[in-house]
Amino acid sequence: MSALTKPPIAVGRSKAAKPPQRPVTPERRRSNRREAILFLALILPNVAAIVVFSYYPTAYNFILSFVDWDLVAPFPEWVGLENYQDLLASPRFAEVLLNTLLFTLVAVGGTLVLGLGVGQLLAQRLKFSGFARTMAFAPHMLPGAAVGVLWLFMFDPTYGLSRWLFNLIGLDSPNWTTTSDWSLWAVIIAYSWQRLGFVTIIYYTAIQDLPQDVYEAAELDGARGPKLFWYITRPLLSPVTFFLSVTGIISAAQAFDIIATLTDGGPGSSSTTLNWMVYEEAFKKFDVGTSAAAATVLFLILLVVTLIQARAQGRQVHYS
Amino acid sequence: MSLDVKPPVTAPAPTSSTADLFDGVVDAVPRSPNRKVVHNPALRVLQYLALALVVAVFVLPLYWLFSSALKAENEIYSYPLQWIPTVLEPENFAEAWRSAPFDRFFINSIITTFFGTTLEISLAILSAYAFAFVRFRFKTPLFLVMIGSLMLPGHVTLLVNYITVGHLGWLNTYAGLILPGIGSAFAMFLIYQQMRVVPEEIVDAAKIDGAAHLRRMWSVVLPMCRPMILTGTLIVMFGKWNDFVWPLIVTSTADMRTLPIGLMFLRSQEGYSNWGSIMAGTVMVALPMLLVFFFAQKRIIGGIAAGALKG
Repeated sequence: MSALTKPPIAVGRSKAAKPPQRPVTPERRRSNRREAILFLALILPNVAAIVVFSYYPTAYNFILSFVDWDLVAPFPEWVGLENYQDLLASPRFAEVLLNTLLFTLVAVGGTLVLGLGVGQLLAQRLKFSGFARTMAFAPHMLPGAAVGVLWLFMFDPTYGLSRWLFNLIGLDSPNWTTTSDWSLWAVIIAYSWQRLGFVTIIYYTAIQDLPQDVYEAAELDGARGPKLFWYITRPLLSPVTFFLSVTGIISAAQAFDIIATLTDGGPGSSSTTLNWMVYEEAFKKFDVGTSAAAATVLFLILLVVTLIQARAQGRQVHYS
Repeated sequence: MSLDVKPPVTAPAPTSSTADLFDGVVDAVPRSPNRKVVHNPALRVLQYLALALVVAVFVLPLYWLFSSALKAENEIYSYPLQWIPTVLEPENFAEAWRSAPFDRFFINSIITTFFGTTLEISLAILSAYAFAFVRFRFKTPLFLVMIGSLMLPGHVTLLVNYITVGHLGWLNTYAGLILPGIGSAFAMFLIYQQMRVVPEEIVDAAKIDGAAHLRRMWSVVLPMCRPMILTGTLIVMFGKWNDFVWPLIVTSTADMRTLPIGLMFLRSQEGYSNWGSIMAGTVMVALPMLLVFFFAQKRIIGGIAAGALKG
């Protein structure tokens, strides 16, 4: 669902005029039942897959956050709130939360600002702008693993593009992926490179759809260039910005493949986000309870973000 | 809205407007330029410089990827950088293929992507049709249940899905790779959105001719929703091919890995000692999707933008 349209309230097709109610004959009742059975049969496979592999695991994960288990012992041991208490007390968890926050803020904020700028640039009638659009979007379609490995080489301080770029301005390239001061920034850069094209294209498309008459009116009032952008384009795009922030937070909070291929969450925990921690605790340290508790925290954070979006969407004003 | 504003005559014709390329996905309204052509030459120059910078940011890494994959070792390990390979060296690909079973990776990626996409889109079509055309009293709550699953972050389900798949005996099998991902709320929603606007008279006419639901779906509704189904299929297909975390945890032997996982293992195996073969491996993982993207980019970009902006 998007920022620009309200979700449909009634599901199904809107009937222009309801046919007059027919009396409920046995025949009609049978036809109703046939329809109901067909309906359930049609949705059953999809609903079953979603319940078994989305709802049930989310609920069961919550229960697992109260146990101590290594996936091998025959029975998990119930430990109550201990996993949460351990998390809150651990400095590593604080570092992970801080990393997640920094990563999300910079990656989402950075791609929003740059994406709006580039989207606006591409909306000017320049030659090659179609080519630029295609190339900007291409990274978004690549496997994150490929993006991560490509940037690993780009960041190589001796033979990578990073050395060339830093030498241009008379500096040495940092050891991006192997020092804890830089590793999170390496992840942020590679991730933003992949996402920027998506944000750009969404802004570009939205700019194409802006109502022309508002611009004509503003120009009659003497607004030009940057003023036009700041006072007309930017506010008109605010629903899009809002939508991109929310989906950006949700997808940044789930960034995984770039971290896996670029830094493995390290050195130490320096580029570990909450999402990576969920994986690491479960599948590298076999600490089910800690992983489940961290996953629950992640879930709650994203739930709050989604609810904020849902509320704001209900209030959103349509501009066209 | 002034939809019929003509572009100023001095303006070059729009290179491509997403609207006219996939009928029915977005309203086929001619896009009106909302920016006057800038006549200030200095500003024009600045704009082109900015455009060149933007293109460089996106193209340079990709050029770096492809050129490095084809460079001989001594040209990769040299500084100042060798921008253009003097000889094109296919040896890197052979080397990558020797260090990791890329033939298996390709087969596994193709199998999981093909069957995963086919199953997911089939389920999506069936349930979208049910929600759009079949009478049922508790439609709305069921619909919300399905859409609500979009809010569940994938990583929260990883651990339990791993346990479930383990109980089913599906670890390190195609069933384990494919089946947990076939439930579809996103593609269902996309297709449902287009089914809702299929003109009722057409469906009714088929009804009067005596066509039952399944027949109406197959021969009337589906052909009319082809554009959206195709877009949904492409988007789902990219998701399957690029999928990383689930294949990572559910597979345990090299012969079951998909390409992205295989690439990660190639990287660990070669360390920093052989960028040429690692970049060749990366090309093998990325190129198929890049080709599909360049071939179908109008539909993909348009579909994703329309999905985001018009819901």
